[in-house]
Amino acid sequence: MSRLPTHRPETLGGTIVHNIPFPKVLNEETLSLLKQMSPIQIEQVYQITYLHSYGQDSPFFAGLTNGVFLGCRDPQTGYTYATPRGHDMHTGEETKWVTLPNEGVVHAFTVCHFGSEEFLPECPFVLALIEFEGADTLFLTRLMGVDPAQASLDWIGMKVKAEYLRNSKLKPTDVYFVPA
Amino acid sequence: MPPVVYAVSGGVSKFAKARPDKTFQAIVKEAYDYAIQDIGLTFEQFTELVDGSVASYFSDHFQRQLMSGIMAQDYLGLCPKPGHRVEGGGATGGLCFQEAWKSVASGHMDICVAYGFETMSHVETWKGNEFIALASDVSFDYPVGGFYSGYYAMMVTRHMKEFGTTVEQMAHVSVKNHVNAYYNRYAQKRNRYTVQDIRSAPMVAWPLTRLDICVMSDGAAATILCSEEGLKKLEKAGAKIARPLVKVTGIGRGTDAMRMSDRPHVDYDYFMRHYATGQEQSSDETRAYYRGLWDKGFRYPGVHSFRAGRTAGNMAWKHAGIADPLHELDFVELHDAYTSSEIQTYEDLGLCRYGEGGPFAASGKAFMPGVDYGLNLPEQPLCPVNPSGGLIACGHPVGATGLMQAVFAIWQLQGTIQEHFGDGHLQVKDASRGAIHSHAGTGTYVTVSVLEREA
Repeated sequence: MSRLPTHRPETLGGTIVHNIPFPKVLNEETLSLLKQMSPIQIEQVYQITYLHSYGQDSPFFAGLTNGVFLGCRDPQTGYTYATPRGHDMHTGEETKWVTLPNEGVVHAFTVCHFGSEEFLPECPFVLALIEFEGADTLFLTRLMGVDPAQASLDWIGMKVKAEYLRNSKLKPTDVYFVPA
Repeated sequence: MPPVVYAVSGGVSKFAKARPDKTFQAIVKEAYDYAIQDIGLTFEQFTELVDGSVASYFSDHFQRQLMSGIMAQDYLGLCPKPGHRVEGGGATGGLCFQEAWKSVASGHMDICVAYGFETMSHVETWKGNEFIALASDVSFDYPVGGFYSGYYAMMVTRHMKEFGTTVEQMAHVSVKNHVNAYYNRYAQKRNRYTVQDIRSAPMVAWPLTRLDICVMSDGAAATILCSEEGLKKLEKAGAKIARPLVKVTGIGRGTDAMRMSDRPHVDYDYFMRHYATGQEQSSDETRAYYRGLWDKGFRYPGVHSFRAGRTAGNMAWKHAGIADPLHELDFVELHDAYTSSEIQTYEDLGLCRYGEGGPFAASGKAFMPGVDYGLNLPEQPLCPVNPSGGLIACGHPVGATGLMQAVFAIWQLQGTIQEHFGDGHLQVKDASRGAIHSHAGTGTYVTVSVLEREA
């Protein structure tokens, strides 16, 4: 049997108050009593829209939109990044774009039963790092088609293949992986 | 002769889930005043003598306030003395401590105060997780499901797969740190748990449960560092500074790529040349052990190990003249944001070899002597890790955390735990040398500092 909740959730969203208790007469005694007062807490909203540029990594997202998985390679050493990177960390050279295979292997994973506020509605979801033949680094993705309630270390090493959103959102989640 | 930097005093506010009773400046002042009062000076006397400060806090988002550092500096009466803010994720406090050390070691200041804080209760927990997750690449990591517990859980699944580390071994870390904190009045969580309690807590990111993970907190900490000259000035003004003195004898830092996916996977020879501890390099048996790991497909650091932590540790051990940290340190306060990361850090710091962190966690070597954990531990305590309770039980008000470790280390080395905690259970007997370890992101910035009691 699942555990019953023992606490009501704490949320913001208080009550509108039109007056705060305060001494009617101000003198030394009542002013000193203000030190006993509970703190006043108010809500402050902060919302902002950023114009975020993918800069030199932009072709990667254009690739996902077209069902192509791009990586970056140092032209001299051949060191290959499965997550885009404009310059190689070892040589400092500008990398070139290469296509990566649509199939890979799960390197590590987790099932998120909680998450950041933005992703809470999607819980539980599976995060995975994928390794590819011919690439030296990994790619962080969502793994679909596995049961979050049946998490197992056996998932590591599982062959997976890329799937692409038909309606691109121009985010790294335009690609996700499923068991091959 | 390298410059001598003394850590003469410290203070910590009681870490709590929420401190709406005070603004962040006033919470910092609690820790700051404690540090001053502990050496018997008045506020005015110390203000006259201190040369400057370093402030640490992680996120402007939590308070929706930029330049909080100067507001604390102002509230503490430190204006117009020099000061600056440092920020480096979870390692912010450790970086702050080392920046204060630099100010003194360089001769720029004789007396420097390092203070840090975070007030994380101003947003709801899951919004706080979102803020923290913004400390991952917002092009490639955050949008996939940004969640630090998820990132650490991925690391530990790899650790488990590579080395056979178990969730029960991880739970030993949680039991240890929570039981230690039971005797620490500054800690946010003072509970006795069993391994079963840890495993049956709600699952957050498989296999990490809520009790494998530190909590968000409001809190502050401060430490006072000084040179020989600074010590003379403080004592001339009437300061009562505990003897034997505590000095900072080792400083180390390391870094790594923000994106876990970018971490290299180096070969055996490269590891032995660049990352192995002196002890590992000199042992035939350990070289053979590592050769065996590589033969089975192990690559370093991958996502299971922190080369920033190893780099920081090696640097600090070399600075302090430590060859065998497990036997030459009397305690370690390390950044246990997760039980799994405490295990990973045992390995990075050379308390055990890579791959042996799980058995080490359950061995008893990192536990306090004389404390009943309700566990059957096969070995005797050797080098207590997180005798204070660590982040998991004390809490993790990010900018304060690394400084909290410094304060607890100073008190351990002064032998004044009983006085400050009101309980002597957590005093490491005859502690003469300890290390503090502060860690950011998925291992992006890591600091290690060694503190030592003068002979």
